[in-house]
Amino acid sequence: MSEPTPITEPAVTAAVEAALAAIESAATMADLKTVRGAHLAEGSPLAALNAQMKNVAPADRAASGKLIGAARGRVNGAFSAREAELAVAEEQAKLAAEAVDVTAVATRYVKGARHPLSLLMEHMSDIFVGMGWEVAEGPELENEWFNFDALNFDEDHPARAMQDTFFIDPVDSHLLLRTHASPVQIRSLLERPLPVYVVAPGRVFRTDELDATHTPVFHQLEGIAIDKGLTMANLRGTLEHLARAMFGDGAQIRLRPNYFPFTEPSAEMDVWQPNAKGGARWVEWGGCGMVNPNVLRAAGIDPDEYQGFAFGMGIERTLQFRNEMNDMRDMVEGDIRFSQQFGMVV
Amino acid sequence: MKIPMSWLREFVEIPADVTHEHVHAALVKVGFEEEDVHGFDISGPVVVGQVLEFVGEPQSNGKTINWCQVDVGEAEPRGIVCGAHNFVVGDKVVVTLPGSVLPGPFPIAARKTYGHVSDGMIASTRELGLGDEHDGILVLSTLGLDPEVGTSAIELLGLDDFAVEINVTPDRGYAMSLRGVAREYALSTGATFTDPADAPTITAASGFPVVIADNAPIRGRDGVRAFVTRVVRNVDVTKPTPSWMITRLTLAGIRSISLTVDITNYVMLELGQPIHAYDLDRVADGLTVRRAQAGETLTTLDDKLRTLNPEDLLITDESGPIGLAGVMGGASTEITDASTNVLIEAANFEPISIARTARRHKLGSEASRRFERGVDPLVAPAAAARVVELLVELGGGTVDELGSDLLADHAADVVDLPEGYAQGLIGVNYSADEITDSLQAIGAEVTVTDTGWSVTPPSWRPDLGDKTTLVEEVARIVGYDRIPAVLPVAPPGRGLTRAQRLRRTVSNSLAASGLTEVLAYPFISQHSNDLFGSPEVGGATTIKLANALDPDAATLRRSLLPGLAAIAHRNVSRGLTDLALFEVGTVFLPEAGHRYGSTSLPLGYELPSDAALAELRASIPEQPWHVAALFLGDAVTRQPGQQPLSRGLADALATVQQLAATLSVDINVVTGSHQAMHPGRTAELRVGDHTVGYAGELLPALALELDLPRVVAVLELDLTVLIASAAEDIAATPIVSYPAATQDLSLVVPVAVQAGELLAIIREGAGELLENVRLVDDYRGTGIPESHKSLTFALRFRANDRTLTQAEATDAKNAAVALAGELVAAELRE
Repeated sequence: MSEPTPITEPAVTAAVEAALAAIESAATMADLKTVRGAHLAEGSPLAALNAQMKNVAPADRAASGKLIGAARGRVNGAFSAREAELAVAEEQAKLAAEAVDVTAVATRYVKGARHPLSLLMEHMSDIFVGMGWEVAEGPELENEWFNFDALNFDEDHPARAMQDTFFIDPVDSHLLLRTHASPVQIRSLLERPLPVYVVAPGRVFRTDELDATHTPVFHQLEGIAIDKGLTMANLRGTLEHLARAMFGDGAQIRLRPNYFPFTEPSAEMDVWQPNAKGGARWVEWGGCGMVNPNVLRAAGIDPDEYQGFAFGMGIERTLQFRNEMNDMRDMVEGDIRFSQQFGMVV
Repeated sequence: MKIPMSWLREFVEIPADVTHEHVHAALVKVGFEEEDVHGFDISGPVVVGQVLEFVGEPQSNGKTINWCQVDVGEAEPRGIVCGAHNFVVGDKVVVTLPGSVLPGPFPIAARKTYGHVSDGMIASTRELGLGDEHDGILVLSTLGLDPEVGTSAIELLGLDDFAVEINVTPDRGYAMSLRGVAREYALSTGATFTDPADAPTITAASGFPVVIADNAPIRGRDGVRAFVTRVVRNVDVTKPTPSWMITRLTLAGIRSISLTVDITNYVMLELGQPIHAYDLDRVADGLTVRRAQAGETLTTLDDKLRTLNPEDLLITDESGPIGLAGVMGGASTEITDASTNVLIEAANFEPISIARTARRHKLGSEASRRFERGVDPLVAPAAAARVVELLVELGGGTVDELGSDLLADHAADVVDLPEGYAQGLIGVNYSADEITDSLQAIGAEVTVTDTGWSVTPPSWRPDLGDKTTLVEEVARIVGYDRIPAVLPVAPPGRGLTRAQRLRRTVSNSLAASGLTEVLAYPFISQHSNDLFGSPEVGGATTIKLANALDPDAATLRRSLLPGLAAIAHRNVSRGLTDLALFEVGTVFLPEAGHRYGSTSLPLGYELPSDAALAELRASIPEQPWHVAALFLGDAVTRQPGQQPLSRGLADALATVQQLAATLSVDINVVTGSHQAMHPGRTAELRVGDHTVGYAGELLPALALELDLPRVVAVLELDLTVLIASAAEDIAATPIVSYPAATQDLSLVVPVAVQAGELLAIIREGAGELLENVRLVDDYRGTGIPESHKSLTFALRFRANDRTLTQAEATDAKNAAVALAGELVAAELRE
């Protein structure tokens, strides 16, 4: 065993220089680990020098201790700094290696969608709910009385034949598939306390063969308001509010005289659609009018005390002109591409 | 209703250059929807020509064509090839010269044909749009015309006229006539109206025996309200109908048939009064109007033998029935070419009686449509006189004094319109003058009283029976554009109902997790209902449509699945082979042996009794909401680093879990059986003791029969019940943040023991400390006894008041093991 090197400044400096040079040249964490063994750990020159402290004369202890302490401090500091540098570099290399083509990552997402007719009915209902109205419902398979008699369709009136009704077998059971959402008006008037302000969205049925503009099963939103002193001006105000909520502030309502057994006066309503793709235009939207006194009588309401209005529009038709659709069949066929182009938005 | 403009002009002032848009706009304003416009679509040089000579030239195809020299009023005659043979030299015909265009469009040019250059074409009535005749050309003398050669045939025949078509609503029968529409046009535009009913000179007639014997009025209303007859003798019924009449009838959509028929149709269109003409010599004595007797028959003009109903109102003579009153005449008294003496009937029949007869015999006619809607009871004499006038003028007949005038008293009820009512209903401050003027303008007699107005509606407006209908007239005549928009304030509402909210939540949840909503028709086949409408064979009672559009889809669905399957098939056939579909919709669930419906209905105009209302409400079957879904193809498709994941039972069950979680309701999944589903892959879904639906894979054979892939997973639940079972007023449990202790547990059990069963046992055995348990492995094979399996569960324990020790967790787990050992002979796997 050779004689231990005494603690001298040149010896310490040499050990420090050698250690710093080794740290500096370490390129990887593995290199650095070797450097630790050679220059910092037990048996390294610096450690060996440190071990000589016990042999240092008491008078020189302070100076030697300071010398060794400073040297170890420098080397440890350089080591930590290099270690941090290399850690960052290695993490970056790892991240670089983990990079993928984000446009080719396998997806687990499956596209779903609501049907735009459902969304549109909900949207329109919500506009009324916002005004304090409620949403009423009734059966699709209905008794003839609710669909016709109570709505002032005389059993022999041509208007009753006009409706292209699906009857239930046997015909003398007086059951049918409702031809409009209006039976819900009567049920609402019978069941709810006055005043009544309700809309009834729902499915209705007529014996039309399916083509680009007809479907035997379609949807309507009907509304009825019965209160004291309601006027046809209130009807127009309500429709105009709906139109503006749906088509923008520039929307307007135009009324044209028409005939429905359950309203008097009756009107056909057109909406001015300011945001139509091909330019602003008038579009036929639905029917409306002041509720016929006979309808109120059928519900046990005194027409001299209460009056009100009713209206109805086709949801398919609304979707058709609102969303620029030419063919009604797309709405009923259930091709997933149709609904998926709307997602959850209509 | 189609309105020829030249005809309308006779009764109301219309600017010469008026367009159909203007006329439509004016009529829309007073309540007639625009339907269409009809013209002859003929333009260019179409002139009267005279055939100077022609040569027949046989062709190789066996036909003979005529090479004609035709004088069209030019210096030289034109050479024209004509295939017809119904003319002679000297005949005047219609020549379409090169440059003219016939409907089609069919442009006429000089063209080479059959070895000649044909310098135009000689037209048939069909080519001109005036009729169906196309065997020969139109020879003008057959219309009684002898115009100058070279005259414009378009003007001569009125082919520049056009008709506007409008929709007449069923309350406005009076507008199914030129008279009514002209009046309305005048009301809309302010133009002067001339009532055509004032034009004919009505002369008295008597002596023709007519007996009205309605011994069974329908709903208490006499079947006959007026019955006017007239006789015209020595009519030449074979004379041609003048071209102006043919043109107008054609534009109005009525085919020209013969002079007499054309005249009756013409007068009906002009005045709105249906007319019937009999061969007087074939009528045995007078006429009796009565109801049919059971078993009586009648052969109508369309040569159909009809068995009559005791409600049918008949025109009869000595021989029996000779006409269905107001609907169709009989064959036995029809005018023929041999007829000379014509009996005219202008009658007014009660609407309901006519409506029922027309519907019963499926015989809607121009006459019945007018009677159903109400014909002016006072116009019959004028209409009869107008027919007489035309038969004399056009058929050379002579008026006879024989006839009858039977007019029921027409006294319209006076309707009171109280002051302020119109303003209060419409929301417009109408002046008193506006109200008076509007009502007078529609033909009512109006008296101003202390409290408002006394109004006698005109005879042609039977729809004006109360104050509300009068207000509609005021609003209509003054104009709907005067009505302002005033938003009413509704009382505060309660928002959507719980069921409405939760249905939306369910639909949104399903859509957000990758299912696409569809809306199928509820019409399906009985076979589909038999299969899907009940889990067991023979359990599906259905509602049937009486008049289904498709006989193979004539019952109402008990299940949403057939609709989903059909839509799935449509998508698959369009190449969309990975599908997850859902529908939220109603189904129709009649009970076996129950008779639905009403035997009779309460009146419409008054509140039914409580008992009657209860009966009406109970007359329909249950129609609950269901939710159903269908899956096929891949849930995750093949992608880089990703194997495809096929859809199947797992998707259906995951969706069941999703519904349960969404609605916060416990749905128990147990082994089930359903006739449409795979016997080993069907789950019955229960809430408490109630079965609420099924989830599973379709029977593979059935899937193939439905043109779908072999594996189709489906589920269907009663959403109405689910929503009713949804957790309400949930009391929130505080969230505990003490650490959890997790342990795994493997139990060896006979293969027949279901995982679900074991899960329930573990939950029960481990007690309150067990926060969550799930199945993580099912192992069979080496180390496990024959017919056994090892199920491994991951358990998570947590106490809500302290940090749990592993020892406590182990104790709880051991309690579960003990219970499983006791109940299903489970053994802990070491």
